[in-house]
This record gives sequence, structure tokens and C-alpha cells, in this order.
Amino acid sequence: MSRKSFRQAINEALRQEMLRDPRVILMGEDVAGGQGGSSGVSDAWGGVLGVTKGLYTEFGPDRVLDTPISEASYVGAAAGAAATGLRPVAEVMFIDFVGCCLDQIMNQAAKFRYMFGGKARTPLVIRGMYGAGFSAAAQHSQALYPLFTHIPGLKVVIPSSPYEAKGLLIEAIRDDDPVIFLENKVMYDDEEDVPDEPYTIPFGEANLTREGEDVTIVAFGRMVNFANQAADKLAKEGISCTVVDPRTTSPLDSDTILDCVADTGRLVIVDESSPRCNMATDVAALVAEEAFDALKAPIRRVTPPHTPVPFASILEDLYMPNPAKIEAAVRSVMGYKAKQEA
Amino acid sequence: MQIAREVLLRSYRAMRTIRDFEERLHVEFATGEIPGFVHLYCGEEASGVGVCAHLTDTDTIASTHRGHGHCIAKGVGVDGMMAEIYGKKTGLCRGKGGSMHIADLSLGMLGANGIVGGGPPLICGAALSHKLLKDNGVAVAFYGDGASNEGSTLESLNLATVWNLPAVFVLEDNGYGEATASSYACAGSQKARAAGFGMPYLECDGSDFFSVYETAGEAIAHARSGKGPIMVHVHLARWYGHFEGDAMTYRANGEVAKLRAEKDCLVRFRKQVEEFSLLEAADLDAIDGSVRAEIEAAVIGAKAAPVPEPAELLEDVYVNY
Repeated sequence: MSRKSFRQAINEALRQEMLRDPRVILMGEDVAGGQGGSSGVSDAWGGVLGVTKGLYTEFGPDRVLDTPISEASYVGAAAGAAATGLRPVAEVMFIDFVGCCLDQIMNQAAKFRYMFGGKARTPLVIRGMYGAGFSAAAQHSQALYPLFTHIPGLKVVIPSSPYEAKGLLIEAIRDDDPVIFLENKVMYDDEEDVPDEPYTIPFGEANLTREGEDVTIVAFGRMVNFANQAADKLAKEGISCTVVDPRTTSPLDSDTILDCVADTGRLVIVDESSPRCNMATDVAALVAEEAFDALKAPIRRVTPPHTPVPFASILEDLYMPNPAKIEAAVRSVMGYKAKQEA
Repeated sequence: MQIAREVLLRSYRAMRTIRDFEERLHVEFATGEIPGFVHLYCGEEASGVGVCAHLTDTDTIASTHRGHGHCIAKGVGVDGMMAEIYGKKTGLCRGKGGSMHIADLSLGMLGANGIVGGGPPLICGAALSHKLLKDNGVAVAFYGDGASNEGSTLESLNLATVWNLPAVFVLEDNGYGEATASSYACAGSQKARAAGFGMPYLECDGSDFFSVYETAGEAIAHARSGKGPIMVHVHLARWYGHFEGDAMTYRANGEVAKLRAEKDCLVRFRKQVEEFSLLEAADLDAIDGSVRAEIEAAVIGAKAAPVPEPAELLEDVYVNY
């Protein structure tokens, strides 16, 4: 066990899986960074944020492949390689760039197993950065996990901490289905204690980061941290919250969410993605359908407005969910109960 | 060019099988019994067969929406194919793929593909597998003149070159992307496109098995020897519409009749092998009879086969979920 950043945890998961299985390869734009450059340093960048740094030096050009800026070709190549014996981890630097290669994910990799009658396996991981908070503006800030969750055949993972990232990424690499692994770009320097040895965290098993009696807060990715902050503050006011980190949106641990709502009777969902057809909407529908009788108050969703992500910090701050907005939503559902009783 | 008798017999059988399979589908589709859409490969048989004659089960191909011919050329059985096209449980994909998604990965057939330009990127990946797993395999992307304008295809030509992959890009240029002529839709020339990527380019006559066989043999040997990717431009023509039911209002009267009369690869093959005494007429006649029976049995089997169980709707979405 040692202190590791989100970035280091991901790097370690990649490295340990590459050591374990020679079929695991990495590809992406600048995953080594420096091919053909005048400095002569092949392992110059390790990705724009240094996540894959050092892996080229350790594993060489057959295992860590820099690609042209050409997402359709290399994401498709990763799918083709996965279907023919390798276990590629392809990086789509900013997941917003999926617009350039969605066909290869949505119509190819995701479909092979079902469409070919169960005879194809596509052990492919696509990693990418998501999320607002960096003033990266509309084309480099989106939280697109609902888009992938909508597509049957894909598994979708949103780690909420360095510990979660390492265990979930190793699980993703060992999985025989295409997995979309989304890293919140604001979290790369977050640190916590992470085991040094390899470990896995199963998909579809939610983690309860807080347990309480009054309100269930379901939060995704970076929002788990915000929900914890809100829950800790509310606890001081005597409102106790359960915080559910589903870890994966596909598969989704519906059972745990429903159990928690049955216990608390109130639900707030925190989702960084655009509000229409997002995970908050999906979970709200699940609970409305399956746990209607348990609800003591309407379900509240804390999401950004339905706009592109703005650039200016003042607007981006307004756009983002934050602990204060979560607290307000929790108080609102608690207040609803008071109104009913009055 | 020396071609073993066995290769000639096998190739003729494959071309005849494709022709009869497709002509029969043309008839059966009109009855309304086949769901979805089918795209027929009639007239293009020599291309798939001339290329795949040089491949083994280790080698990989990716096909197109017009994929029946490539499947048969790669050795996929017609019973499973026909049952799949009829949406039956006994189909190669258990009735869940249909005509546009027939695949048999055990034979290196990475699937027909409903997306124009879907195959070339996949073939870069399959070629990467061959290269890194050191199995001496090559990967072949069949794609049409329509797909030649897709960004995914052009990106793949670049990537395959950058990574020096054992990939062969077989451009089956039948003159039409759906209803629009390639003379209208393709800027510049395919040869210049290959040259733009520093990729060697070969071309051949897709109505002549021997032309395709010789050209593809050179291309596949090039890729297999580690010299990198190569493009093969096959000039050919389709005899039916883009899909079955296409009235082909965009083609001049008599165009197809002329093709059938003058550019029939099976007629040409028979003439060539008889002229050079490579095979006897009786050899070819025997194959014709045997293939006729095989297709008849495949259709009867497919019609009689059970439909998928309702429970199969939910199976095989994920490996373990």
C-alpha cells in the first residue's frame, strides 16, 4: 500500500497487466509521444497528461504504439486486433473525440459478440478523459458516458478515486467485452492509498461510500467526491445520507440502488453529464418504476443545464454540479417530507 | 503462371457456388420469405475467389455489405450461410446477424459489414495481430469504390503504412456506390491515392480469374514478406442492383445484358482452362452438378430449420452479464 495519484494508479494498472499478459498492448495519440521528433526521445510525453509515461521505455514499440491523429483507423484497428487475439487498450485522448470514431465503437466492437451469434470476443478497452472544470470548453469537457451506456455490448466504467481506478482498469483489461473507461481529467492529481499489488474490482457492484438513513445520493465519477463532501456537511445538521457510487453505468447495480432507496425513501442523483437521457434520468426511471411505494419525496436530479460546456470560469462554475447544489437538493427532498407532515 | 489443378478445381467450385448461391437468393428473395435486405455478388466472383485462393485459415479478411462471395471464397459453408440469411437458429450467427453480418472467425472471416468503410480499420487491427503474434498471417480488406471515399478507409491506408502492417487493401470497383457512379463520386484516381500514401498499387480485371489470381498472389506475397501494405484495384461489375429490389434506373438499358454476355468470369474461366488443356469440360460439369445439389440442399435446409428461441434475444450481449 502506498500513496498514489489517480494518474499513477492508472499507469500501474496498465504496467502490471502488460507484465502479466503479453497480448496487452497500448495504442493512441502520443501514448509514448515523441516518435520521429527532433529530440530523439521516443518516450517524451506518455500521453498529454503523462498517464502512460515510461511504458514505451519498458515495453517497446510493439507494445506501446503511437498512432497518427486518426481515431477512426486506430480505434477500428484496436477492435480488429481484439477480435483476432490481442487485448488492446486504446486511448481516445479526450473522449469528446469519439465523434471521429464512433462507428468503430458503436457499430463494430460493441456488436460483434451478439451479431455474430456469440462466437466473437472483443477484449478491448478504450480509455479517455472526460469532464468539465478545466476551462477546456465545449469540445474537450463533455461527460459522454450516457452515450456509451446507451449502446448494448459496451461496458462503461467511471472510477471515482485512485483506488477505484486501478482495480477497475485491471478488471477492464481482463474482461472479454469492449469496455469504455472514462477518467475525469480534474482528478489526475488526486491521491490516496492504493495497494501496490494487482487487484480487481468487479463490474456492476456499487460501492457505498457513506451509509445513512434519510437520503440516498447516487453519484457518478468525480461527483462521488462532491456527494461525500455534501453528506459530511449535512451530517452535522442531522441529515444522514447514503452515497452510492455505482462504479459502472453498464452493467448498473440496480439492486443496490433500489435497496438503498427502500431504506431511505428519498433519492438525489448527481450526474455531471447533460441532463437529457443521462444517468440521472435513467436511475430516476428505474426507481420510479421499481420503488415508487418507497418514495417519501420526489426524486431530485443534480446535473448541469442542457447546454454545451462553457469556457469562462464563471460560467463553467455555474454549469457544474457542486457540493452546495447537492446539499440544496437533499434539503429540498427532506423539506418535502416536512411539508407532507405539516 | 503455373496453377495446380487442385487450385483450379477449388477455385472454379467456389466461383460456381457463389454464382448459384446468389442467383438462387435472387429468386428466393422475390418470394418475400427472406427478411431484411440482401446485396448480391453476381458478376464479381473471380475477385473474392482469386484473392482468397492465396489465403489460409490463419489469414484474415474483412468483407462488406456485399459479403456472400467473400464468405464462400474464404471457405464458409453454404448451409450455415443460407440458414443465417433466412434468420434461422441453425445460421452461422444463430439468426442474429443476417446477410450483412455473416462471420466465421474460426476461418479468419471477420465478418461482412453493414457499414461502408467499416472493414479497413478492422483489418489494420487484424494485421497488427498477425504481426505481433508472429503467425505469418496477412489481413485483407475488401472494400468498394464507395468505401474508397470514406475517411475510415483513407485513414487506414495511412495507418497501415505508418505501422508497416501485413495488410492488403482490395478495392472492388464495380462502378457504382449504391446508385451513384464512381466516375462521379471518386476524385482523382485510386492509383494516385495509393501513391499518396507511398503504397504500391496493382490492378486487375475482375472478370478474369487468372488476372485476379496472379495480381493478388503478388500483392499477398508482398504483404506476407513484411514489405508492408499494398492496394489491389479490381475492376469489375455487379449484375444486380445495390440491393435486391433496386430497379437500377440509374443504369442504361442493356448494360447488364452486355456484361452478362461479355464479362462472365465463369464462361471465361471455362474457355481458358479448356483452351490450355488445364481442366476437362467433364471436370467443370461435375462441379456444376454438385454445386447445384449443394445449393438446393442449403435452401431446403434453411427453409425447414427452426427459428431462434425467444430466450436467445437476451443471450450474448455480454460475456458474463
